[in-house]
Amino acid sequence: MTKRVEDLKIVENKLLTDDFCVMELESMSKIPDFKPGQFVQVKIEGSPDTFLRRPISVHDVDFIRNRFKMLIQVLGKGTAMLYNLKKGDYLNVVHPLGNSFSIPAGKQKILLVGGGTGIAPLLFLGKYLKNRGFEIEYLLGFRNKTRVILVEEYTNVGKVHIATEDGSVGEKGLVTSHSALKSENISIIYCCGPDPMMHSIADYCRKNNINCEVSLENLMACGFGICLCCIVETTRGNICTCTEGPVFNIRELKW
Amino acid sequence: MVNLGIDIGNLNFKNPVLTASGTCGYGPELDDFFDVSRLGGIVVKGTTIEPREGNAYPRMAETPSGMLNAVGLQNKGIDYFEKHIYPEIVRYDTHIIVNVNGNTIDDYVSLSERINRLEGIPAIELNISCPNVKRGGMVFGTNLDSAREVTKAVRSVYKKTLIVKLSPNVTSIVDFARVVEEEGADSVSLINTLLGMAVDVNKMRPSLSTITGGLSGPAIKPVALRMVWQVAKAVKVPVIGMGGIMNATDAIEFFLAGASAIQVGTVTFIDPVAPVKILEGIEKYMIDKGFSDIREIIGYLNK
Repeated sequence: MTKRVEDLKIVENKLLTDDFCVMELESMSKIPDFKPGQFVQVKIEGSPDTFLRRPISVHDVDFIRNRFKMLIQVLGKGTAMLYNLKKGDYLNVVHPLGNSFSIPAGKQKILLVGGGTGIAPLLFLGKYLKNRGFEIEYLLGFRNKTRVILVEEYTNVGKVHIATEDGSVGEKGLVTSHSALKSENISIIYCCGPDPMMHSIADYCRKNNINCEVSLENLMACGFGICLCCIVETTRGNICTCTEGPVFNIRELKW
Repeated sequence: MVNLGIDIGNLNFKNPVLTASGTCGYGPELDDFFDVSRLGGIVVKGTTIEPREGNAYPRMAETPSGMLNAVGLQNKGIDYFEKHIYPEIVRYDTHIIVNVNGNTIDDYVSLSERINRLEGIPAIELNISCPNVKRGGMVFGTNLDSAREVTKAVRSVYKKTLIVKLSPNVTSIVDFARVVEEEGADSVSLINTLLGMAVDVNKMRPSLSTITGGLSGPAIKPVALRMVWQVAKAVKVPVIGMGGIMNATDAIEFFLAGASAIQVGTVTFIDPVAPVKILEGIEKYMIDKGFSDIREIIGYLNK
């Protein structure tokens, strides 16, 4: 039994904006040995419209207190119900799911690129890499000043570069036009964000011969490889994002 | 102690809880959560002779109390199954049943012959009801002559327990059950998914790449139950019921309506341990009601 279904207690649900929250969950037993990039499937109770679980990235982990955090953006009914949960409520979770970002061999300059709610797994990843002696920097993209979240948390881990579409914070434009991306000697980029962003980062990395991994967010029903709904086209054929991913090296992807 | 054992053809199942094809992988995926040997059987992913990539993404849409899928029988083909999957799953102490698919009658026949040779596979489920492929599948299951022909052809080469999985997308499912029974099927399983559709109003296009797909989940349970009740009254072979079973209560409804066994499907996506919870719930119901044998409640409504 390597995976489990478990009721976890919400120890905090911190509302960051009117559509973003960071929820911290606690297990009564030892939490799984989460790896950066993995996700959990959370059950949305009491609504027939939200029949399926919602896949949510592991944002941060406290192995000592058996807690982990999720960054949640309200995008529909299911995430709206999660946003409204309170401290003390319980959430039914299936975990741990998915693969993880790879840990580079030897010292290399690593850039973690995220956009919107896609910044979620990069906090855990950044801490994980930093603890193993890697030098990392963040490049985070947001729509505008009011959408910029969690910068302090990321700054504690590594240098943070910000891009906003209107230039209200950091450089104006998308992450793909940010000067930090052009800095020399970046050998690895780990990226999670909206599809168009990951596509342009992948294009950039291909052109510049940079090793790149992206974390995909395909629609899924189960999250553990039995429904075959979340497939992505790869050099190995159609494979499940939930079990073979969500993290893929762009060399494998047919986009 | 209650006896949960049932017979399908010559095959005895230790209990009547099976997992439905396409919702349990091959077994190991669920064995990560619980010991799958506790189940009566596992009906593995729809298998074809040749490897198939299935339909394009998106293949799934969430709908009220259910979901649509259009996976399209993605699988690695029988050679891969025989070489890599079969040796791994044959060790489970439960019946492994292969869901058999093809484009033509010849495909169904040659695949059934191949599987007949696998000692650890005691039964096949002939899938003449997949709604998500252009050829084969539901094409056979929605035409009485084709259903007859494919069952007859497979029966002539397949010597073990033959279950035929029926489509609900017909005027009278009873007619199909009778026809496959006449041609020697040992059992019928029903229902496969109902053909459905969803539209994304923001993108203003169908939610599925294939436009239509198969509806499953509790939304279809009343339809499935009605069909199981009708078919159980009309045929002598055991009926395996499925469609929207979420818990033991749902499963018991199917037994009372005439199902000799049930398959747990879509709920497993949401609760991977649902199959064992359902098994435990059935046992508890039997004890609470003072029954000692599952056969006492099978078809209770029709007694």
